[in-house]
Amino acid sequence: MTDLAATDPLPKPKRDIAPVLLPIALALLTIPLIGSTSSWLTLTAASLAMGMMIFIMASGLTLVFGLMDVLNFGHGAFIAVGAYVATLVLAPFAASIQADSLWMNLAVLAPAALLSMAVSGALGLVVERVLILPVYGQHLKQILMTTGGLIVAEQTLYALWGPQIIPMPLPASLRGSFILGDVAIAKYRVLAMLIGLAVFIAIQLVLNRTKLGLLIRAGVENREMVEALGYRIRRLFLGVFMTGSALAGLGGVMWALYREQVHASMSDDLTVLIFIVVIIGGLGSIGGCFIGAILVAMVANYGGFLVPKLALVSNILLMVAILMWRPRGLYAVTSR
Amino acid sequence: MSDLLKLSGVHTHIGRYHILQGIDLAVPQGQVTMLLGRNGAGKTTTLRTIMGLWQASSGEISLAGMRIESCATPDIARLGVGYVPESMAVFSDLTVKENLVLAARDGPLDDTQLDWIFGFFPALRRFWLSRAGSLSGGQKQMLSIARAIIEPRKLLLIDEPTKGLAPAIVMALIECLKEIKRKGATILLVEQNFFAARELGDNVLVMDNGTIVHRGEMAALAADVPLQERLLGLSLEAHQ
Repeated sequence: MTDLAATDPLPKPKRDIAPVLLPIALALLTIPLIGSTSSWLTLTAASLAMGMMIFIMASGLTLVFGLMDVLNFGHGAFIAVGAYVATLVLAPFAASIQADSLWMNLAVLAPAALLSMAVSGALGLVVERVLILPVYGQHLKQILMTTGGLIVAEQTLYALWGPQIIPMPLPASLRGSFILGDVAIAKYRVLAMLIGLAVFIAIQLVLNRTKLGLLIRAGVENREMVEALGYRIRRLFLGVFMTGSALAGLGGVMWALYREQVHASMSDDLTVLIFIVVIIGGLGSIGGCFIGAILVAMVANYGGFLVPKLALVSNILLMVAILMWRPRGLYAVTSR
Repeated sequence: MSDLLKLSGVHTHIGRYHILQGIDLAVPQGQVTMLLGRNGAGKTTTLRTIMGLWQASSGEISLAGMRIESCATPDIARLGVGYVPESMAVFSDLTVKENLVLAARDGPLDDTQLDWIFGFFPALRRFWLSRAGSLSGGQKQMLSIARAIIEPRKLLLIDEPTKGLAPAIVMALIECLKEIKRKGATILLVEQNFFAARELGDNVLVMDNGTIVHRGEMAALAADVPLQERLLGLSLEAHQ
C-alpha cells in the first residue's frame, strides 16, 4: 500500500481530450479542401446546428442504453410525436408565429416546445411501463416490442393527422441569416446551437454536480451495485426514460422547424443517425454523444459538399473508423 | 449471543441450476463468521441471496428477526446490510469521493468516519479526486470496503476481500477488518485466504455442493488439520 502523507497535494484527474480534438481537427482539415472560407464557415455552422439537434434527440437514448441496457428502437416515435404535438399549438397561433416580433414568436414557440416535451415524456412513461418493463434484460424482445411500438405510433399519427405532410414554417423573426462579411449564418441554426449547448450544459451539471447525476452515472456502470447501496434504481430508470423521451420530443420540434415540415415517418432517417451517434459516442456517455453528434453532422455536411456520392455511406465509414480506434466508442462508460 | 442473521432451508436456482440446496446458517451478533469452501460450493451465491441480488426459490432469511427473503435489494441495504462483492464493483467513472458520497446514502460524509477510514487506507485520501477506475486492484478493494463502512451497518457481507492482492495490502485489510470487528460489527466473510480466516474468524461455516457441511468455532477448525483436509481438501497452512 502506498504510504502517503495527509498533506500531499491531490493529483489532478487525467482528462481524455483526444475525442474533443477530433471535430476540431476535422474542421481544420477541411478548410483547404473546401477552399472558400465563407463556404467553410456556412458548412461548419450548419454542422454545429445539425449536430446540436441530433445531440438533443440522442442524449436520452444513450442514457437509456447505458443505464437501463434497453435497446429502444422506438425512440423515433417520441421525435415524431413531439413534432406533431407542437403543431397543435403553432397552427392556431399562426398569426403570432408570422408576426415580425421575436418575443411574440417565442411566446408561442416556447409553450409548443414545452407541451411537446410533456406529451413525449408522458408517452415515455406509458411505453416504459407497458412495453419495456416486461422485457427488461431480453434484448431480442426489446427490439421486437419497441419496433412494434414505433409502427403503432406512426400509424396512429397517420390516423389522427392524415398521411399528408404538414407544413411547419419557421417563425418570421427566425427566418433569414446573420451576415458577417461575406458569411451568412441562418438565424435558426444559431438558435439550435444555443438550445443544444444549453441542454448539454444542463445535463452535464445534473450528471456531475448532483447526487441524482452521480446515481445515473453509477447506474450506467453497475446497476446492481447501486441497488446494493440502497437506491431504488427502477424509479431512476423511469425518470431517465421519461427525460430521454421528452428531449426526443424537443428535438422533434426543432428538427421539424429546421425542415419546415412534419410527417409521421420523419424520424426514420434520423433514427439511423441517432444510433450511429450513440454507438460512436460510447453507450451511456453524454460527452461522447455530444462529440459524436457534431462529428456525424460534420461528416454529413462537409462530405455532402466535397464528395456528394459518399454522403450516403459517410456516417457508416465514420462509425467504422471510430470503432476501429476505440471499439467501445469515444468514451467507454459501460462494459457492454 | 443472539443471532443477527438466520437462513433456514434456503434454496436458490440460477436458470436451471440448483445452486443452494437447503442452507441453514446463523450469524451471531457482533461476531465474524467465516464462510469457507471450495470454488463453486455456493459461497458467493449465499451472499447474493441474502442481499436479494438473486431471489431465494424457497426457505426463510431473517435479519434481526425480520423476514427479508422477499425484500428487494435496496430495502435490504436500507435495513443496514453492507455488501462488498468479489468483483469490488467500484464505480470506475466516478471519483473516490463520489463513490463514498453515494455510499453515504442519507446525508453528507461524516468527517470523523472518513478520518478513521483514511487511517487504514491513506491511498484513498491521496486519490480522493481521482477516478476509481485509475486505482490499483488493492486500492479498489480498499474503496469497496470503505464504501461499505462509511456509515454504520448492522451486518457486513464481504466476498473474498483479499483475492489477488499483494501480501502488504492483505495485512492492511486484515487490520482494518479487525478494527471493524472490535467496534462490534457483525460480519459474514467469504475468504479463501486461510491466514486471514484464522486471524479474523470467530465462527466458521464450511460449504460444499450448495449445503453447509460443517459449523463450529474457527479456532477449533484451525487446530484440526485432518478436519481441514477432509472439509477443504487441503490444510489451512497449505492455503496461505
